[in-house]
Amino acid sequence: MISDAIDNEQVEILLNDVLESHGYDFLEYSHASIKRRIIRLYGLDNFVSFAEFRYTVKTDKQYFKRFLEEITVNVTEMFRDPSFYKSLRNDVLPVLGTYPFIRIWVAGCSTGEEAYSLAIVLKELNLLNKSLIYATDINPSVLDKAKKGMFPLNYLKQYSENYLQSGGLKDFSAYYTANYSLAKFDESLNSKMIFSTHNLVSDHSFNEFQLILCRNVLIYFDKDLQHKVFNLFDGSIEKLGYLALGSKESLEFWPKAKEYKRVKMEKIWRKL
Amino acid sequence: MAETVDSTPCGALIIGGSAGSLDVLLEIFPALRKDIGFPIVLVVHRKASNESLLTDLLKSRTILAVGEAEEKEFLSPGKVFIAPADYHMLIEEDQSISLDYSEKVNYSRPSIDVTFQSAAEVFREKLVCILLSGSNADGVEGLKSVNNFGGRVVIQNPNTARMPYMPQQAVLNVEPHVILDSHDMADYINKLNG
Repeated sequence: MISDAIDNEQVEILLNDVLESHGYDFLEYSHASIKRRIIRLYGLDNFVSFAEFRYTVKTDKQYFKRFLEEITVNVTEMFRDPSFYKSLRNDVLPVLGTYPFIRIWVAGCSTGEEAYSLAIVLKELNLLNKSLIYATDINPSVLDKAKKGMFPLNYLKQYSENYLQSGGLKDFSAYYTANYSLAKFDESLNSKMIFSTHNLVSDHSFNEFQLILCRNVLIYFDKDLQHKVFNLFDGSIEKLGYLALGSKESLEFWPKAKEYKRVKMEKIWRKL
Repeated sequence: MAETVDSTPCGALIIGGSAGSLDVLLEIFPALRKDIGFPIVLVVHRKASNESLLTDLLKSRTILAVGEAEEKEFLSPGKVFIAPADYHMLIEEDQSISLDYSEKVNYSRPSIDVTFQSAAEVFREKLVCILLSGSNADGVEGLKSVNNFGGRVVIQNPNTARMPYMPQQAVLNVEPHVILDSHDMADYINKLNG
């Protein structure tokens, strides 16, 4: 990858085009990351000049779909950070289990691995039937994948290890059937999921939740945008509800952080 | 060889290492002077699960402040920032840290290339990057960028590397500023101007 193929000014031009022509605002994303994604895509798709790349992104609707999918990071896994899922299982979900109905928002769900992990834990706690998981992402094409609940079989060994470390009670293979190179997850899991596009940058709160999971999404945003999104979450979490972030993310510098209490050592906070 | 006198100020030092680099780091860090005038960033390949092991090891071997890098944290002189396991680490124009959980690069996350490349443009001629022992080719593309932006490329002498492949690839593909034996590294770093 030629790391200086596109300079900072060109990144700015491109992102302004994207906002104007397609309505997606990436201007408050962490600059170094988004620039790297742009240069990566430019190289992957063999563009020969910035002008050609810019024109294609601006005018070619089909290409813009690809742009959106490649510019955002969609890497995820099931039961990532097993100790986090252990805390959900032992500390958070049993509390929510005392409610008549549980609404959960997985914001920035990508291809759905976290939503399915969560559904598995809910199922094992006998809470899935009274839960509803809203899984949203900026990117329509990853949501199509998420709805199918099919994940590459070669990752399943890792996922199974994660699951066991997180306190999983069953044989992990009971949750899927292998189909060629894919593992198709049990339909009882996604029967309680609602998939929808939602852009954390520009869309508003759409419901009230007892738990919001947004892990490894905010690292791509600059500080101001992070705080805006925290405000959006704050307006979408019920009193005594929970907010869960990625292992390197924190509420720390957000002005309203003192209205939230950290749950043990994990990146989970409870609204007071 | 380590006596190369260099008057260009150093804005940041980034050290990349993989298999076989821990011994070198454990040799370098106890010998660093306490008034180092620039930040030191470490990008070391390791298993995702051994999260704080490297940090703890280095903490016990140096008087410098050592910590795992936090996202949005600013680089500051005299501090050691370790790229967290399983994240790429990038440097922003304002010298703050961004973390990134995108695809592995050279089968690695953190990837040395990613950090070298993003820092190359930010620090330009004030960047010093050292590539240590390792058994894949991560770091080579990053060192090319460092060269392009006028930064200094330092490579561990492959003959003194436990795993010579990584420094060898670098020597073959990038014009180094200097090639150093592992026991000359601390001295070289101590002589850089902050």
